[in-house]
Amino acid sequence: MEDWSIKELSSLLREKKTSSVEITTDYLQHIKKKNPEINAFITVDENRSLAQAKLADLKIQKGEGDVLTGVPIAQKDIFCAEDWLTTCGSKMLHNFIAPYDATVVKKFNEVGAVNIGKTNMDEFAMGSSNETSYFGGVKNPWDLTRVPGGSSGGSAAAIAARMCPGATATDTGGSIRQPASLCGLTGLKPTYGLVSRYGMIAFASSLDQAGPMAKSSEDCAMMMNVMAGFDPKDSTSIDHKKEDYTKNIDQPIEGLKIGLPKEYFADGLDSHVAKVIESAIDQYKKLGATIVDVSLPNTNLSIPVYYVLAPAEASSNLSRYDGVRYGHRTSQYDDLMDMYCKTRQEGFGEEVKRRILIGTYVLSAGYYDAYYLKAQQIRHLISEDFKKAFQSCDLIMGPTAPSTAFKANEKIDDPVTMYLQDIYTIATNLAGLPGMSIPAGFVNKLPVGIQIIGNYFDEARMLNVAHQFQKVTDWHKAIPEGALS
Amino acid sequence: MSWDVVIGIETHVQLQTKTKIFSGASTAFGAEPNTQACILSIALPGTLPVLNYEAVQCAIKFGLATNAEIASRSIFARKNYFYPDLPKGYQISQYELPVVGKGSLEIEIGDIKKTVRITRAHLEEDAGKSSHGAVQNGTGIDLNRAGTPLLEIVSEPDMTSAAEAVAYAKKLHELVQWIGICDGNMQEGSFRCDINVSVKRAGTDKLGTRREIKNLNSFKFIEQAIHAETQWQIEMLEEGKTIQQATVLFNPETGETRAMRSKEEANDYRYFPDPDLLPLEISDEKINQIKESMTELPHLMKARLERDYQLSSYDASGITSDKHVADYFFATLKEGVEPKQIANWILGQLFSKLNEHNLSIEHSPIKPQVLSLLLKRIQDGTISNNGAKQLFEKLWTNSDLEIDALIESEGLKQVSDSGLIETMIDEVLKNNQTMVDEYRSGKEKAFNALVGQIMKASKGKANPGQVNELLRKKLS
Amino acid sequence: MSITHDEIKKIAHLARIKITEEEADATLKKLSGILNLIEDMKKVDTTNISPMSHAQSVTQRLRDDVVTETNQREKLQKIAPEVSGGLYIVPQVIE
Repeated sequence: MEDWSIKELSSLLREKKTSSVEITTDYLQHIKKKNPEINAFITVDENRSLAQAKLADLKIQKGEGDVLTGVPIAQKDIFCAEDWLTTCGSKMLHNFIAPYDATVVKKFNEVGAVNIGKTNMDEFAMGSSNETSYFGGVKNPWDLTRVPGGSSGGSAAAIAARMCPGATATDTGGSIRQPASLCGLTGLKPTYGLVSRYGMIAFASSLDQAGPMAKSSEDCAMMMNVMAGFDPKDSTSIDHKKEDYTKNIDQPIEGLKIGLPKEYFADGLDSHVAKVIESAIDQYKKLGATIVDVSLPNTNLSIPVYYVLAPAEASSNLSRYDGVRYGHRTSQYDDLMDMYCKTRQEGFGEEVKRRILIGTYVLSAGYYDAYYLKAQQIRHLISEDFKKAFQSCDLIMGPTAPSTAFKANEKIDDPVTMYLQDIYTIATNLAGLPGMSIPAGFVNKLPVGIQIIGNYFDEARMLNVAHQFQKVTDWHKAIPEGALS
Repeated sequence: MSWDVVIGIETHVQLQTKTKIFSGASTAFGAEPNTQACILSIALPGTLPVLNYEAVQCAIKFGLATNAEIASRSIFARKNYFYPDLPKGYQISQYELPVVGKGSLEIEIGDIKKTVRITRAHLEEDAGKSSHGAVQNGTGIDLNRAGTPLLEIVSEPDMTSAAEAVAYAKKLHELVQWIGICDGNMQEGSFRCDINVSVKRAGTDKLGTRREIKNLNSFKFIEQAIHAETQWQIEMLEEGKTIQQATVLFNPETGETRAMRSKEEANDYRYFPDPDLLPLEISDEKINQIKESMTELPHLMKARLERDYQLSSYDASGITSDKHVADYFFATLKEGVEPKQIANWILGQLFSKLNEHNLSIEHSPIKPQVLSLLLKRIQDGTISNNGAKQLFEKLWTNSDLEIDALIESEGLKQVSDSGLIETMIDEVLKNNQTMVDEYRSGKEKAFNALVGQIMKASKGKANPGQVNELLRKKLS
Repeated sequence: MSITHDEIKKIAHLARIKITEEEADATLKKLSGILNLIEDMKKVDTTNISPMSHAQSVTQRLRDDVVTETNQREKLQKIAPEVSGGLYIVPQVIE
């Protein structure tokens, strides 16, 4: 298997040095070989993918090709794709053939990209290790005994194992950035509202945001050009002017002011990871950036706030799974109540049920003000922290995750420890800010990501800043052992 | 022991929009089950709501019509509960900040006027419909109605009798149709009332425990249900029992109310702001724009009819009970006929005929232009009132007939030639000397009898006014 | 604040999730840990802080009242657990 980037594939296809069918076939074969071990895909449909590839080749021949025409892109199984099984990693949707396309999927279809398969994920995107999937855990291609991170662990592992050059992902509390960090990839969670949520199965609506995951910033920028954009079908979509995210990616970054929040380097951060981040910051200094100290004093509160707001929204979002119109319905029941309760008992996994219960609890009579309202108020404070910080810097940097990939089963029985995985990523979701993770080095042969947090709609600058780093470093080019064979 | 009844009403008004409140699916009534249940209506994963502007306009119109506060910023919230006709497991409604705030509605019970305060009115989505026993031991769910926009109008507990409650419901029903936000079709469920009833000892302030009678869709049922519920509550209390707060259903067959089984458990709706929808902002400019587009409100029109057209309060109420009636009235008025005469004819002859044929006034075969010409012919003495009634019958079945030709062909033209009438009077007086004598001795009745004779002699064609006048002269 | 076994059962019922006594006990332990984590919020003074429901302070966009959806019943009911005569079927509901 070749280690193509999206950019390379795009050129090869447009120069007609290869065909989409050829590339797609290669990836499908590689998936066949690798996926049984990694479990990054829930659904692969060779016929559909190849049919799309054939159409793409026709388009290219006619000179109608777009930048991504013919390029295979994997879709996280949280996105509805018409006539594809769309499970969201849950037994509840084990039989759900989506009757419509999510806007993100539609946009990739419209430019002629090939859907190479639906990637595994934590059930309803609830998890940081991809171990909550009904379809089994995903293995980290860097070390098969370890997790790829989550919830977009399938997308991350698929790219890391070179089963696709790029994949869509979603991020509610770190679900793009943390798996990107743990798998040595580049992942961007855009500003809330920049990418449409239509057709993306909701976890926590006010925090969920889709974004690209690939090997490099350049590839992510190319995917962003497809994904970003106003969608009248999503009330929370923002009518932001269309940008070309690749346009200024080569600009030098001299004079860039990088803010380092002291709270992101406090207790809880693995000291080896800290060293990697520090040397990455040194690299940025060499590129002409200046460093300023900033403070995000409410960082520690982001976890409690998140674990009130996200489960509250989730408890309501997941009420539609009742066994009446689609999805799982229990086989035996006495009456309606029994049908509901058994269907939901069987259809949801432990973590999902736990979060539904927390969410139901914090919204229930008598607790709303103490939990939900309070959390929304602190969310405001957290958002203000960023506003203040951005008065003295252009971007904020720090670790993406407190450690490298951990062992499977290591944290699954201890939800609180698992939740702490997201300590550096959650706050940006609460504020609605864009966040990115790019490979910054290794600790014990495991990748470490550095996080870049931008101001609202500053994705183009973030991608530029990431790309400049990637021009002078090779971390993002590292390949897990055996990934290409 | 004597008891006071306290009644508050929550009304669900289906708004007259083409599409659902949060999706572009049709709201047309009567379609095959689930053919208007789009992917949002069935709550497919990933679907998202987008608010229908027309529904918002309807809410603003209602607020303006009830002199209510219109929120510059209102919030949509989720009301969480499980029910098969509620596909998302939550209803999108408004909780803390509704679009319409405090307002009021004036009602009339006979000659007494009363103001009922309106607490709030908020936008929300309707649920689907369950048909029990659709299959054996099963309930069928039709989600065509799911997502139809509703305005829930909540009154203060200001009503103290079934009559007041019905007057309020009727007034509200008239108003929402008048301002064009609801088709008012109660049989199709476009206008449904939940009635909160409690009783307390006469004269005391402490309110009793209320029970809510759900989903009443006729004024008759509202009246019957309140009577039944009030009686039941009083009986309970007089037996020394306590009332439990409950949701009850009214059974028109038995005339009784009974507590619903499915709502027995106390509900905990876990309201919270819907993260899929952003705050709804309404500018003063928008409100003014809508205000200017609205037609004159019925209570203002009623006052104008009394003031400018000298209609009685009763007639003015009748004309302003329905926008179409008022439109009909003004269309008839255009032709320069006496307003009082028009009101009489609309509320009398026309209404009874429309009722008889179960027609609404817009579908009246006799159009305003025709009625106005008919009334003009009474006014100018060409025909008598009775003659006009005969013509009305003819025109009802064939409105294409030309009135003046019809007057001729039916021989309904009045005799207004005073010479001719005088001749007839002389003839009658000659043959009825006894009556003349009776009249002269002071019996006024004899005068009427003589008029009757003259009319008979003219085969009903003599102009009665003229007959009266000339006869008086002759006998003086 | 701690949560009780009975409260777990109550919220499980509200959420329509069947839960056994043993499961309730196991859940109790884990939920208590999470709720302790959440308790940290209590220390913060939030007087006069407005709640933040959305990531951006934008307002609701409005849609024109135009029919855009067509009848897709056949397609949508293909994936339904039980239908009859175009209706979704559930166990008998008693009102």
